[in-house]
Amino acid sequence: MKSLAELQAIRDKMKNQMNVRDESDDKIRVVVGMATCGIAAGARPVLNAFTEEVAKRSLGNVSVAQTGCIGICQYEPVVEVFTPDGQKTTYVKMTAEKAVKVVADHLVNGSVVTEYTIGSVAK
Amino acid sequence: MMTELSLNVLDIAQNSIKARASLVRISVSRDTAARRLSISVEDNGCGMTPEQVEHVIDPFFTTRTTRKVGLGVPFFKLSAELTGGSFRIQSREGEGTSLRAEYCYDHIDMLPLGDMASTMTTLISVNPDIDFVYAFDCDGCSFEMDTRAIRELMGEVPINAAEVLAFIRDFITGNQAEADHPETGGPVPGTPLSERNDMV
Repeated sequence: MKSLAELQAIRDKMKNQMNVRDESDDKIRVVVGMATCGIAAGARPVLNAFTEEVAKRSLGNVSVAQTGCIGICQYEPVVEVFTPDGQKTTYVKMTAEKAVKVVADHLVNGSVVTEYTIGSVAK
Repeated sequence: MMTELSLNVLDIAQNSIKARASLVRISVSRDTAARRLSISVEDNGCGMTPEQVEHVIDPFFTTRTTRKVGLGVPFFKLSAELTGGSFRIQSREGEGTSLRAEYCYDHIDMLPLGDMASTMTTLISVNPDIDFVYAFDCDGCSFEMDTRAIRELMGEVPINAAEVLAFIRDFITGNQAEADHPETGGPVPGTPLSERNDMV
């Protein structure tokens, strides 16, 4: 049986990394729609892909959050990215694979993945 | 409809979050002799009035009046009733809400339980201020994941740190596989075959 005692090792290891969290103003917010429509369309693996990828790359300036129904249920899973320059990018019909690309291209390198945005898909 | 029951649970738990619950308890229990599976979600959120409780199970009335609930509850109810099972919702204003769905899991319309570990880590990762309990039981073999216990052990390390979430995922997946057993009728570890009703 897997035991909670194993957490002790994780705690000791992580204590040393606690101060590397970025508290600066250039925060990027990733918001995943997690209402019934989003969940039914596959928002859970999308959200998990974002949290895992952000952690893997140690992106201290990125926070991943959830929201309710944004109102465009036919385009779910929907992900909104808010960047410090005040821009909002709406990605639609997301998958875990697309999420990995958004993290690499948009969150890390600052270039919007235009082909996944609502402007490209909703034609 | 959802493709697996763990997604219904994720959806139902969103209502608890919106009801400003500080503790959400999710339990799954399986009785192989009775061929029944039950899932319950209980919270200590703001609760509902008796009128609201009646409305949440009606998809059409609900979506128009109480937007915060929508189709989630009707989907959950339907998933159980399609298998010949039952559904119950109880709520008290200011105290909380509890839902319980019971399934006849041999029914052809039974959905797989799915990835409960993923549902729990998803909930914890984006709601670090809420405590979650996940309890699993199969014929008396049980285990529990309680974020309050994990928090206590982790001290100042955030509960939604990637390493902690990975641990919670493995903890649930590993212990559930141990407590549960395949649909083929494999015995629960530690239970002699002679004591199992469904083998007779």
